[in-house]
Amino acid sequence: MSNKDIKLVQLPSPNFVPERDRDKPLMLEVSHLGIDFGGLTAVNEFNIGISPTEIAGLIGPNGAGKTTVFNLLTKVYEPTRGTILLDGKDTHGMNTIQVNQAGIARTFQNIRLFDKLTVEDNVKIGLHNSIKYHMPTGVFRLPKYWREEKKAHERALELLSIFDMQDMAGYIAGSLPYGAQRRLEIVRALATGPKLLLLDEPAAGMNPSETSELMENIEKIRDEFKIAILLIEHDMNLVMGVCESIAVLNFGEIIAKGTPAEIQNNPKVIEAYLGADEESSN
Amino acid sequence: MLSYFINGISLGSVYAIIALGYTMVYGIAKMLNFAHGDVIMIGGYMAFCSTAYLGWPAIPSVLFAILVCTVLGVIIEKLAYKPLRDASSLAVLITAIGVSYFLQNAALLIWSSNPKAFPNMVKFPNLVIGDIQISSVAIVTIIACIIIMIVLTLFTTKTKMGKAMRAVSEDKGAAQLMGINVNATISMTFAIGSGLAAIAGVLLCSAYPTLMPTTGAMPGIKAFTAAVFGGIGSIPGAMLGGILLGIIEIFAKAYISTQLSDAIVFAVLIIVLIVKPTGLLGKKISEKV
Repeated sequence: MSNKDIKLVQLPSPNFVPERDRDKPLMLEVSHLGIDFGGLTAVNEFNIGISPTEIAGLIGPNGAGKTTVFNLLTKVYEPTRGTILLDGKDTHGMNTIQVNQAGIARTFQNIRLFDKLTVEDNVKIGLHNSIKYHMPTGVFRLPKYWREEKKAHERALELLSIFDMQDMAGYIAGSLPYGAQRRLEIVRALATGPKLLLLDEPAAGMNPSETSELMENIEKIRDEFKIAILLIEHDMNLVMGVCESIAVLNFGEIIAKGTPAEIQNNPKVIEAYLGADEESSN
Repeated sequence: MLSYFINGISLGSVYAIIALGYTMVYGIAKMLNFAHGDVIMIGGYMAFCSTAYLGWPAIPSVLFAILVCTVLGVIIEKLAYKPLRDASSLAVLITAIGVSYFLQNAALLIWSSNPKAFPNMVKFPNLVIGDIQISSVAIVTIIACIIIMIVLTLFTTKTKMGKAMRAVSEDKGAAQLMGINVNATISMTFAIGSGLAAIAGVLLCSAYPTLMPTTGAMPGIKAFTAAVFGGIGSIPGAMLGGILLGIIEIFAKAYISTQLSDAIVFAVLIIVLIVKPTGLLGKKISEKV
């Protein structure tokens, strides 16, 4: 199904979600989220609702606060105001690790792989909390160690195969081409078993054919893993092509929300991106 | 000649085991734990007390020393270093020196400054090949060092904790966002490093059987030198640096001058660092711009 056919429906709360998720509880419900850095309000009154299988986009001009929103959701920053409900659970008081275990995983705008480790080990670090053995088992390499490591190895290859990267498992992550590093970051994030995947500019630096492949993969990930995805992206082809709903952020506040078509024609959005039209405003 | 060489490797193995503690802590927590040398001394005293006062056999008393030092390492990290996780590295360095003096003076209060004769823990006969005699302590030291090296290498490369350690060493923030408990990983590193220090303490005191509150200071500095020499942050580097340092020291003592041996050791360090500032196996640091 193309995202052009998506219809957003309004819930009893002020959120719009794709029609198919109408009766499911929201995966992410953020209300009145805000953070101040000293006197500077970086994000204010940020509200968003994302349904369990939705692909949502977060766009906005440079410096609008998009990455700050990701940092708030993952508790890199503690929000000054507002609540974040993940699958109905308030993440207030959780730290980054607990939020990750509760089901939010992310990638980074500037790639942050473990460059000196192999591709497979990078994925295994994502699997860390699902590998179950203790230190003595690891030191003495008891049977449980071999069992768990074998499971992790198989799982890592399985995850890498989403992007056809299983042949690169032994490579050093830092030596991969740029596009492959971006894909590996997504695999590593998926390895933590998220319910909500945050992608921070997944197509940055990719060429058009890599981008269109990425678009297919984003949908494939959503369909296979049955997770919600929230992505930040400047590539409008990708955003308009893959996102079912889009929120537009400017100066830390949401100025518009809707389907790709609605956003494209929203005068406020056009103003934020291109500036106000002097002629017509006079 | 050969016996000097073996003594050199043996002394170097002790340095290497100590250097591993420095290098792992530096690699993961990015700090120089100058109290590490004094953990060695505590390890020596623990083994001494359990054998001399309690009459324990060698193996349980070594295990006891390891246990005490491991716990001590974790406590030092929790109390002294963890509150400074975000402070400047200079503040942490000064704190480490403070902890070092604290441990030395605590030992002085408990055991006084009189040297204690360390009991012989290795009760095998010395190995005699032709006219060369190799002390059993040297053999045990070298074997212990090889085992530790293998286990540690396998641990850091093949287990999930080892991978978590390397991930934390590269990027704490990203590791945390992947669900890795950075604090627990750092604690574990201190635990391993301090446990190794205890083993080093027992081996060192077996080879040079006088035990004083300052026993750990000089080997600590030398092992730190070894870690820098081999490339700080690198486990094989610490091993290589330690062993080379031991060999250089013994040969300098034997052929040049006993008094000047330390000066020669440090002169070699300076020359190596001029030629290769990252140490022998140091990681090249090149940032993409």
